[in-house]
Amino acid sequence: MTWVGRSIRRLEDPALVTGQGRFTADLPATHWVRFVRSPAAAGKITNVDAPKGAHVITAADLKGVKPILPMLYKFAYRPVAQPILADDVVRFVGEPVAAVVAASEEDAEDIADLVTVTVEETTPVIDARDALKPGAPLLHTTAPGNVILEGKIKTPDFDAVWAGAAKTVKIEARSRRQNATPMEARGGHAAYDASTGRVALTCTTQMPHLMRTAIADILGMPESDLRVIAPDVGGGFGQKMSLCAEYVVLVWLACRLRSSVAWTEDRRENLTASFHSRDQTISLEGAFDKDAKLIALRADVLSNVGAYSCFPTTSGVEPLMAMAEMPGPYDVRHYDCRARGVLTNTCTMAAYRGVSRPVITFTLERLMDKAASAFGIDPVDIRRRNLIDKFPYTSAAGLVFDEASYKQTLEMAVKAVDVPGFRKRQQEARAKGRHLGIGFATFSERTGYGSPAFAARGMAITPGWETVIVSVDPSGFVEARIGSSPHGQGLRTTLAQIIADEIGVTPDMIKVVHGDTDRAPYGWGTFASRSLVISGGATLIASQKVRAKLIKIAGTMLEAAEADIVLKDGEARVAGTDRSVSIASMAREAYTQTHRFKSEIDPGITETGHYDPPGTFSNACHVAIVEVDVETGKVVVEKFLVAEDAGRIINPMIADGQVHGGIAQGVGNALLEEIIYDDNGAPLTATLADYMPPTAREMPPIELHHMETPSVNSITKAKGLGEGGTIGAPAAVINAINDALSPFGVQIDEMPATPQRIRAALRAKERAA
Amino acid sequence: MNAKSGITLTINGREHAIAVEPRRTLADAIREDCGQTGTHIGCEHGVCGACTVLIDGEPVRSCLMFAVQAAGKEIRTVEGLADGDKLHPMQQAFMDHHGLQCGFCTAGFLMLAVGVLEREPNITDEDLLDVLSSNLCRCTGYQNIIKAVRAAAKEMRGQ
Repeated sequence: MTWVGRSIRRLEDPALVTGQGRFTADLPATHWVRFVRSPAAAGKITNVDAPKGAHVITAADLKGVKPILPMLYKFAYRPVAQPILADDVVRFVGEPVAAVVAASEEDAEDIADLVTVTVEETTPVIDARDALKPGAPLLHTTAPGNVILEGKIKTPDFDAVWAGAAKTVKIEARSRRQNATPMEARGGHAAYDASTGRVALTCTTQMPHLMRTAIADILGMPESDLRVIAPDVGGGFGQKMSLCAEYVVLVWLACRLRSSVAWTEDRRENLTASFHSRDQTISLEGAFDKDAKLIALRADVLSNVGAYSCFPTTSGVEPLMAMAEMPGPYDVRHYDCRARGVLTNTCTMAAYRGVSRPVITFTLERLMDKAASAFGIDPVDIRRRNLIDKFPYTSAAGLVFDEASYKQTLEMAVKAVDVPGFRKRQQEARAKGRHLGIGFATFSERTGYGSPAFAARGMAITPGWETVIVSVDPSGFVEARIGSSPHGQGLRTTLAQIIADEIGVTPDMIKVVHGDTDRAPYGWGTFASRSLVISGGATLIASQKVRAKLIKIAGTMLEAAEADIVLKDGEARVAGTDRSVSIASMAREAYTQTHRFKSEIDPGITETGHYDPPGTFSNACHVAIVEVDVETGKVVVEKFLVAEDAGRIINPMIADGQVHGGIAQGVGNALLEEIIYDDNGAPLTATLADYMPPTAREMPPIELHHMETPSVNSITKAKGLGEGGTIGAPAAVINAINDALSPFGVQIDEMPATPQRIRAALRAKERAA
Repeated sequence: MNAKSGITLTINGREHAIAVEPRRTLADAIREDCGQTGTHIGCEHGVCGACTVLIDGEPVRSCLMFAVQAAGKEIRTVEGLADGDKLHPMQQAFMDHHGLQCGFCTAGFLMLAVGVLEREPNITDEDLLDVLSSNLCRCTGYQNIIKAVRAAAKEMRGQ
């Protein structure tokens, strides 16, 4: 029996359930920082007034410190610079203007309250469509018209094919702005070590190595003098993969003060000044032949990217993802897309779980339902006619889809949910004035993509590969040092399962070390549903090398042919005999008795694996059943069903947990979560009572069904699945709402579909009648 | 405002003599003055429940209570749940049912669930769902938290 494929308990948990986890805010510090943030969305800073004797840092102090300047070399990208503290002008409410340093958090906060930032306010622009208008206020002189990038793609013969369509169907969809809302907000702790001259920055990041590279570059310090530690991190969901200006200030201060300096973000800051996401308007039009087969797709994507470009992904993260992946899992050979990123006086947009795909899936799945209705066929049927089923499949946007099960998971879901049974129940409920609806979403989730995928976007920094170093130490225990940086995904457990199978030890003998640039090899961290595929692949490669070495050592020690050695249960055995040697004994000899192996075997047992795969597509069909109260606009999700395929599953319990969590965020995105600004750019959703992630009450029971199509593009055969739940859920939920409301002839094409929006749509119909 | 008062907080049966400003929240006092960092702070406005501790047996959001208000009361935190190496059934159930991912909200959920089940061991599944909706988790989608708490409830009732 293998360890891979089993739902073993997580190795991470004993510390976390006993209060022994170590999070950034748990560290004591000598100095504490509070940031003074811009009270205005746009304007010129005329004065920063601080109480006498206060230790306050402003842009004027940060001479020689470079701005954050993310780069993209394609898509007409216009570089925009973000000063570490606002210099001269402010561009959104919440932008850090000054840093107050004091002996305690309370003192820093008290002093910060007394610091006055005076801004000569100018008119801000909040909405992307307004920012495009002639004469709109300009955010950055380097980005004329506020357009930071524009991607275009148009396949040959598009217009001719379009002209031959039997029917065209159009949809205007909008996703409002959202926040990833990790339960642990951001925070950092920088400590100077006088004996080495080095600084250790502990922070809540998903990419410790890249933070080191970026901050060292901005401060002009040797990268070897900076150590970045991601300790236990309380959720990230993309928000913690971007560089925060605040961390640069902490490292700068630690060097100046030769001491320790800490900052813990509060929830208000997190909701208004960390990173936002989604905020997209998509105009999507599909051309269908007479059999409801999609023959051409035209899209215009407008993405509100906020005030600055995020590092390392740049503002391209949302619009370019939309352009590349818009056709989704549907077979369509002709594609015309324009995707623009537009700067506004709002918090900077960055990655959030799913990155654009929750929005494009929502849009595309609304289009499919609308087209089904136009053709008078069932929503399931139109998907059957259009899903891809021959692999590898090269999309009109140039992506190569590997073997997957789009049609099979659709059929699996349809069967499990009992559509005819539901339709009967729906009719009965309608007769009683209750409005139930069912919604489907079929989608692909591109995961585990390596550096060529990032290079294709023209990124100055192309994350992708991962390195893993597996060692057996002289005591016989195993350590795997990884460049990924998990923060809840259970990678310590799943990677241990992969190693355990290769070298014949139990997972509890294996420690996976991550999140410390002094201990882990350079790597890109954990994001984009990549770690299990890429770090898992590198782990497998390193483990196979360790296995080969152990067999070689055992062959010498047991005087047997290597082909006869079996690694199992913590020992090497000569097959069919009782001759064996423990891995602990072999490891001890590999370090301390190297003369026995002559020159044939290098000392020690440490092997390195690198992996940089092309990417692999997971897929799923989500089904939501909802009830809409047409009097109040309230939506209750009664049931959520998933048929999904993420290739080979390493730990089913952990995989299911990822899907559950993703769906909860998707349901929240669909119904509840919205960052709202007023016309002056003041954020109105600055607490968790205003910005509402779902609670246990809003979540329906989730029923999961699995298929496993082994990935041909991943050496562990596993595909990623961290984002799928969030990608599919908004589309399924909002399609279900529209199904429920079909007797009223209203369309909800906006997320979140709040009670106010649903009521407004119904009210408009009532008035018209 | 900044004058500190001497108080004694009794956390998991151990007394901590500390000096705090009147405005210091119980959450900050537990973490910083008493060094018990297993209690986490998620929002500081009483919505997320990450900082939930038990005060005289009742689940309380420690970010909404002043430390001076907790003097003389019996405070229980996540560090006090296990009996030596033996985990509390709630901790064991969270591990068995994958009721946690990043672990940041976990202490709050454990204390909330333990507090409610000690008071109301036969709570219905529906009422339990209402109780659990007091706290926020962004990782698990609650499915496995609910499963874990139901399993622990059975265990705590001796079934």
